[in-house]
Amino acid sequence: MKERTYGMKWFSVEIVVLLLALLFLAPFYFVLANSFKGFAELLSDTSGLPKSLDWSNYERAWEVLNFPRALRNSLLITVFSDLCIIVVSSMAAYRLLRHPTRINRLLFPLFVAAMVVPFQAVMIPLVKVGNWLHILNSIPGIILCYTGLGASFSIFLYHGFMKSIPLEVEEAAVMDGCNPYGIFWRIVFPLLKPMTVTVIVLQSLWMWNDFLLPLLILQKPELQTIQLATNSLFGQYLKQWDLALAALVMGIVPILAFFLALQKHVIQGITAGAVKG
Amino acid sequence: MRRWLTSQTMQQSVFVGPALLVYAAIMVLPLLLGIYYSFSDWNGVSSHIDWVGLKNYKTIFTDDPGFGRSFWFTARFTVSVVIISNAIGFAIAYVLSKPLKTRNMLRTVFFMPNVLGGLLLGFIWQFIFTRSFSAIGQATDIGFFNLSWLGTEATAFWALVIVSVWQGAGYLMVIYIAGLTNVPSDMLEAASIDGATGMQTLRHIVLPLIMPAVTICLFLSISWAFKSFDLNFSLTQGGPYKSTESVAMNIYYEAFKSNRYGLGTAKAVIFFVVVTVITMIQLSMTKKKEVEM
Repeated sequence: MKERTYGMKWFSVEIVVLLLALLFLAPFYFVLANSFKGFAELLSDTSGLPKSLDWSNYERAWEVLNFPRALRNSLLITVFSDLCIIVVSSMAAYRLLRHPTRINRLLFPLFVAAMVVPFQAVMIPLVKVGNWLHILNSIPGIILCYTGLGASFSIFLYHGFMKSIPLEVEEAAVMDGCNPYGIFWRIVFPLLKPMTVTVIVLQSLWMWNDFLLPLLILQKPELQTIQLATNSLFGQYLKQWDLALAALVMGIVPILAFFLALQKHVIQGITAGAVKG
Repeated sequence: MRRWLTSQTMQQSVFVGPALLVYAAIMVLPLLLGIYYSFSDWNGVSSHIDWVGLKNYKTIFTDDPGFGRSFWFTARFTVSVVIISNAIGFAIAYVLSKPLKTRNMLRTVFFMPNVLGGLLLGFIWQFIFTRSFSAIGQATDIGFFNLSWLGTEATAFWALVIVSVWQGAGYLMVIYIAGLTNVPSDMLEAASIDGATGMQTLRHIVLPLIMPAVTICLFLSISWAFKSFDLNFSLTQGGPYKSTESVAMNIYYEAFKSNRYGLGTAKAVIFFVVVTVITMIQLSMTKKKEVEM
């Protein structure tokens, strides 16, 4: 059936979409191709392929960005914030759903309401609060901020997902003498895995690419994330495209690799997050 | 297990306590403080803060053309991005839900720009608009590529729209594809047997059935465009002549560059209220159009 309906019409549609896809990829081509050119070649021949694979731009950009440090900071922040968000919000969602006391029935909508609050509405006093709590210029500090900012959405996602987990499973564990914490970590949490993957995907993309919060919280050079390092490189080396493009490629590669490796999960995560949201 | 460890109070504290604490410290407290500071002349440094009543709000509405301009920019930007990115995202999704041979690869390609952050995208496109476009322009002599894209107010505006659409369309596509696969094929067959044209089927059957996806896509695209900061920051720096300065940027500069924290928080409060109202209106309007299957 499928083979028969794929005629000239869909063939021509496919060609059009393929051309559009090439257009979507063009910026990546320009950045990648030019990142291997010397400055003169870059200006004289912007659209062609590089004459030779010259890695010297990358060597310079590696130094200027202090790439290993920036990568480590970004990784630390993303991984540990993910961990904190998962632990904190899955536990909260569990209790809020399974023990709908008067307080908990009030708390859940309160958490959810924060999803519409734009970050810019809280950022100015957040710096002040950060100062009080001594969390400015520290990686654990920014992890705490991400946990607070990401908790609402994750609680919401876990809460929605947990409704589909039958109570019988937990009741059986109670019979076997399992305590409430054991029930959650040994029985319920493993069942939440699909939603945990969704939370990791959505939160990681957001935190990795976030620029404004690190800009406010992390002012010391040694704490720079990839976004911050790229930004200061552009401030220092204005219009030095040979250096800048290599830096951009280096900034793109880790997150693009994450996406291509976990593509299926990313797409499913977005769909799940959107349907629940 | 000791008794007190499993008491209800203890369980409540262990399970909900951590979430509640970070939420209170990072979201609730700053939000409330922001409202308080918006009535003060706080400059960010001095510990002495004077209560000034509604003065900040009065200044914003009567004596701050910059804020009004950034709001006007953000409104035009949001409308353009929402319409174009949803139209393109839906069109791609519609085509890619058909049995094309390369559709899985194509989905990946269209989604790819979205995994990069706005800051890097802005820098990438700065290169495309200034260097690549002029190279293409010289080679082909097409007027479109010879414009000074980041140099004039009108083109800088559309430059931002182009990049935002390029970034967002793939994400919306994913959600629309999920919506489209839920449209039962027997309904489409029934429509085609009854002699409905492709457009009629799309308008009267597909669209009403994917309204939940439309609701989400509108919600997401409005919120991205309205809060836009990174992209403007790196692509145009708000220029030329602050014509592409978004509200988020205006708030940021007011507080952290001009050190008028009181005024900045007042702007943030207004921004918060506007975002909430728009979100509520949009959700209630599109939710009404959703149909039960």
